Amino acid sequence: MIEVKNIHKSFGGQAVLKGVSFTVETGEIFAVIGGSGQGKSVLLKVIMRLLEADSGDILIDGKSICGLKGQALYKMRDRVGYLFQGGALFDSMTIYENIAFPLREKTKLTKKEINARVEEELEKVGLSGMGHKYPEEVSGGMKKRAAFARVLVMRPEVVLFDEPTTGLDPILVDSVHRLILWGKKTYGFTAVIVSHEIPEIFGVADRIGMLSGGVMVETGTPDEIRNSRVPEVKRFVRGLSEEVSVGGIA
Amino acid sequence: MDYILAVPGSIGAAVIGVLREMGDMFLFLGRTLYWTFIPPLKVNRVIRQIGFMGARSTALIVLTGAFTGMILGLQIYYTLQKFGAEAYLGPAIALSVIRELGPVLSALMIIGRAGSALSAEIGIMRISEQVDALESMSLSPYRYLMVPNMLAALVSFPLLGAIFNVVAIYGGYLIGVKLLGLSAGTYFSGIKDFVGFRDIRDGMIKSLCFGVIMIWVSCYKGYNTEHGAEGVSRATTTSVVMASTLVLVWDYFLNSVMLNF
Repeated sequence: MIEVKNIHKSFGGQAVLKGVSFTVETGEIFAVIGGSGQGKSVLLKVIMRLLEADSGDILIDGKSICGLKGQALYKMRDRVGYLFQGGALFDSMTIYENIAFPLREKTKLTKKEINARVEEELEKVGLSGMGHKYPEEVSGGMKKRAAFARVLVMRPEVVLFDEPTTGLDPILVDSVHRLILWGKKTYGFTAVIVSHEIPEIFGVADRIGMLSGGVMVETGTPDEIRNSRVPEVKRFVRGLSEEVSVGGIA
Repeated sequence: MDYILAVPGSIGAAVIGVLREMGDMFLFLGRTLYWTFIPPLKVNRVIRQIGFMGARSTALIVLTGAFTGMILGLQIYYTLQKFGAEAYLGPAIALSVIRELGPVLSALMIIGRAGSALSAEIGIMRISEQVDALESMSLSPYRYLMVPNMLAALVSFPLLGAIFNVVAIYGGYLIGVKLLGLSAGTYFSGIKDFVGFRDIRDGMIKSLCFGVIMIWVSCYKGYNTEHGAEGVSRATTTSVVMASTLVLVWDYFLNSVMLNF
């Protein structure tokens, strides 16, 4: 279980997160939705400890991760996978090498075992035969799948997805969402997904939280969010800009 | 009143900014040195970077070394001729090159070629979240990016400096002996008489120091890149300017110490 408690984060005096709190149950897919620039990616990076929170606490299975340093921090990160918005594949390596990289660096598996595991992951994400290509030689959707394979190959207990479908066409959005659901079913990980994809994310997440103005304005099941009476949530879910709703159209 | 306070306020803010950056830079250097001694060493990456920084810079170093030696040959011969001391052309070129121009010019050339590329590479890795990806895998960017470059620089800089010295001395020989008619024996025996181990040692120490400066500044600027392509461009430019300036400043301090002891 992940507990995010009253997280504050500012950049150069500008507060981005102003006391964000929510809980993600084990095995659950929790989606964080919200407009651009609301701090969703910052929130994920704070959970991963790639950014330090100014105040607040984050607990994974009841243990605080905010004070962790050195090996303790590395052990925590070993349990968590992070799918970056652009994939963050190493561009000097092929897709195969990218997926094999954490296995080579973090495990004592033999070359043969690593090869078997990488080929298995490539097949699962539908990239069989593409391992020899470099990231710039494949499409955005393939990059996302390769990055997902690199995350899955380490069998994380928790996966953080930073806008996994941004910039993809509707068919690829659906395929990435299916991949996430398949991954959860197969490996049983807990997931936090930052997403803009409305209404598609309603079919993926078990629960959803809406981040607005630096706080989590509402959390609930997809149905609860869809029927929310909170003005920001209503506007976001219906895709209406503030100016339009002021005009009474909402 | 506010206007009067604004001036010292902005000066104070600028000073604090500079001090903070200096502190960050020294912490960065400290972390890089710390990770240098934490096994396992990424030997393949070190070798690859020696190839990139060292082997691929050889042609440039040979070219600049040759022309530096030839220019020195012309200039120093002209000056020595006024004193009737043309016989000292060999040692004058050798001492200038080994003690000073070899380490400094080769460092400036490598900074221009490899330092800028290093900043850009790490900067692009930073803005495309590849550095964050390393950290998210519990892998230290210092071990994978900084340490191999630091070790590669410690190997490459003295070697390239030595190549520069040899080529420059032969460049001076070409002008002094083949063009201006000095005897080859005079040219080389003078070098043998006047250039000592201390001169070579001091030149090597300088090359090592300049290698550390280049990696320190280039990696730091790349690692702290922000704001997309423009940020990469800025990081690259500032790293070249800062590293080149630091090389010259540090060269002055090293000379002050070395010539007095």
